[in-house]
Amino acid sequence: MSAHMRLAAMVRKESLQILRDPSSLAIAFLMPLILLILFGYGVSLDAREVPVALVVEQPGAETERFVSGFGQSDYFVPKRFYSIQAAEQALRERRVQGIVWLRSNFADNVLDARGAPIGLTVDGVDANQARLLQGYVQAVWFRWLEAYARSRGVDLDVPVNLQQRIWFNPAVNSRNFLVPGLIGVIMTLIGALLTAMVVAREWERGTMEALMVTPIRIHEILLGKLIPYFVLGMGGMLLTVAVAEWIFHVPLQGSMWILLLASALFMGAALGMGLLISVVAKNQFVAGQVAIIVTFLPAFILSGFVFDLHSMPDAIRVITYIVPARYLVAIMQTEFLAGDVWMVVLPNLLALLIMALLFLALVRRKSHKHLE
Amino acid sequence: MLQHILALMIKELRAILRDKRSRIVLIGPPVAQLIVFGYAASFDLNNVPYAVYDANGGAAGRALLARFEGSPTFSFQGRLRNERELARAIDHKDVLLVLRLGADFERRLQRGEPADLQVIIDGRNSNTALIALNYVRSMLIDFNRDWAIRHGRAPPPAHLEVRPWFNENLVSRWFIVPGIVALLTLVVTLIVTALSVAREREAGTFDQLLVTPLRPVEILVGKALPGFLIGTIEATFIIFMAVWWFEVPLRGGLLPLYLGLWLFLLSGIGLGLMISALSVTQQQGLLGAFLFLVPAVILSGFATPIENMPHLVQYLTYLNPMRYFLVVVRGVFLEGADAALLWPQYWPMAVIGLVTLALAGWLFRHRMY
Repeated sequence: MSAHMRLAAMVRKESLQILRDPSSLAIAFLMPLILLILFGYGVSLDAREVPVALVVEQPGAETERFVSGFGQSDYFVPKRFYSIQAAEQALRERRVQGIVWLRSNFADNVLDARGAPIGLTVDGVDANQARLLQGYVQAVWFRWLEAYARSRGVDLDVPVNLQQRIWFNPAVNSRNFLVPGLIGVIMTLIGALLTAMVVAREWERGTMEALMVTPIRIHEILLGKLIPYFVLGMGGMLLTVAVAEWIFHVPLQGSMWILLLASALFMGAALGMGLLISVVAKNQFVAGQVAIIVTFLPAFILSGFVFDLHSMPDAIRVITYIVPARYLVAIMQTEFLAGDVWMVVLPNLLALLIMALLFLALVRRKSHKHLE
Repeated sequence: MLQHILALMIKELRAILRDKRSRIVLIGPPVAQLIVFGYAASFDLNNVPYAVYDANGGAAGRALLARFEGSPTFSFQGRLRNERELARAIDHKDVLLVLRLGADFERRLQRGEPADLQVIIDGRNSNTALIALNYVRSMLIDFNRDWAIRHGRAPPPAHLEVRPWFNENLVSRWFIVPGIVALLTLVVTLIVTALSVAREREAGTFDQLLVTPLRPVEILVGKALPGFLIGTIEATFIIFMAVWWFEVPLRGGLLPLYLGLWLFLLSGIGLGLMISALSVTQQQGLLGAFLFLVPAVILSGFATPIENMPHLVQYLTYLNPMRYFLVVVRGVFLEGADAALLWPQYWPMAVIGLVTLALAGWLFRHRMY
């Protein structure tokens, strides 16, 4: 039997196994679909309708004008309190996330040379949310300053104005950056899950020994296992890209071909990682445990999907270089939002290629066709 | 009865810890992940790479830019000379933002007309962009105030005095590290329990267990206790590391914390055993664990707030025990919350735990395959 035929037979055997066990098909197609839709809607860093307490000790024309800024903004759900103590109690009970406090002498102090202090207390437990809230309140404050100046017939006297231009995502919609990243996280999972247990299962059931006595070579076994799962994984990948494009309306600025190439290389790396776990563990229990630990959490935290890679300490950033999802997330975010930026895409494609080859070479090295 | 349970528990512990590789899997990764994630998972920005496109070059502009050079949040990458360089620097991700001063910056500023500081920022990561803009804005507000004082211009009629509670310096590590207690505890408990019944089913020993004098309740407790034990030890270690290594203040008492932890373990073990009792093979058990774990982590409020989710997804998170425990750990660590304040978080975990454990026990006998 020629090498070609042996490989074809192995691919056929694995494909049949996949088709007969619907769970693989479910992992490849159903899971990415459900996860992406669930997370695409659920994961958001855009704070909207934040409940804030407004404490106005002495309501007057000026305080009302200030407070009305909160009602008009869809970032806030303002709640009126009549004493700072009641508002602080609400903050402690998590009924509001911040307190804006206008003291009784606000109207007088506005006319004073030093200006009136506006107290802003934020719940700092979630520091990120607190900082965003602070930014939103600053915006309300600034708009009030402008309106106040206009009402007195003068221009607002600021030495330097901030003019911001946000490229690639002018509406700063966090979904546009999270959804491309989610594709990276989800496909890491799918790739590893698909393959992590396949070789371990053959060892445990003893069918690996049956394969060994056939003339098939070890690399043919591995390729035979890889090819059908690769096809499945690519199918899942295309599905997620379609969901991003048509359900979440994330604009795809770059070319589909680069996305496909990146996906193919990434699938190679992810499946290689899964196979490596499977070959080394030789036992489904351990393979499963390792797959949970080394694939999902690093792809979630160390890929640049939510947490910024630049801000990590150098020692930690070094570790992110061995997380394949990191490269895919970078390519996805750039391809979707910015376009074909070769300086970003090429190094990441190269890294994915190296990772894929590395994992597959390791799998080859670790698999032997003999018993222990 | 106690003897039965004890015997089964010891057998379970042995089954988990017998294999050297599974021992390593239980101890090594949580420790490594705590350290790595504790440093990596942060929304705080530092070393934000930026470039300057200063078409003016005047003294006031230089004074403004010097504030950015002196800040640990920003890391100066170089000067740009034209629009093309600016576009390239941002496209290639060489810098996150460019500070741009127009040619008339100095003249307008000296005349008392509003001068513009233009910030061009890479919005590919919208959260990073917003946070960086907030930093820039705060620095500009400081600059404006100082400039107004020094040049005798009127300060704004009102100013904000910001006072964050519970986390005075807004360190996002204080938010994330207590979250990691919940994250890793859930992962470890699920790993220990989700495959425990499925493994015996596959090996055929579960049927043998069912025909022994052990009652289903005893099997259930015997299978649950190892997860309880391992989960408590791992969580204690992580809590210790959070306080001692990451220096997150533990302001509340240990009692409300451990009460929450045990209820959380109860619900995690219940879910794990239910998944395990439902599956016939280990592969199905693993799949089930993954299918629960991934959404449970991402939709828990660990990284992105639950309040930002659409209402439908928010309702879904009520089924997620991690959602409640995150409030408990963060509450006890940062706010010094007591048991009374945390009661709304305790009872749902207890309900989830009891319901899933009861279901698991029922499934032991009734799931036929």
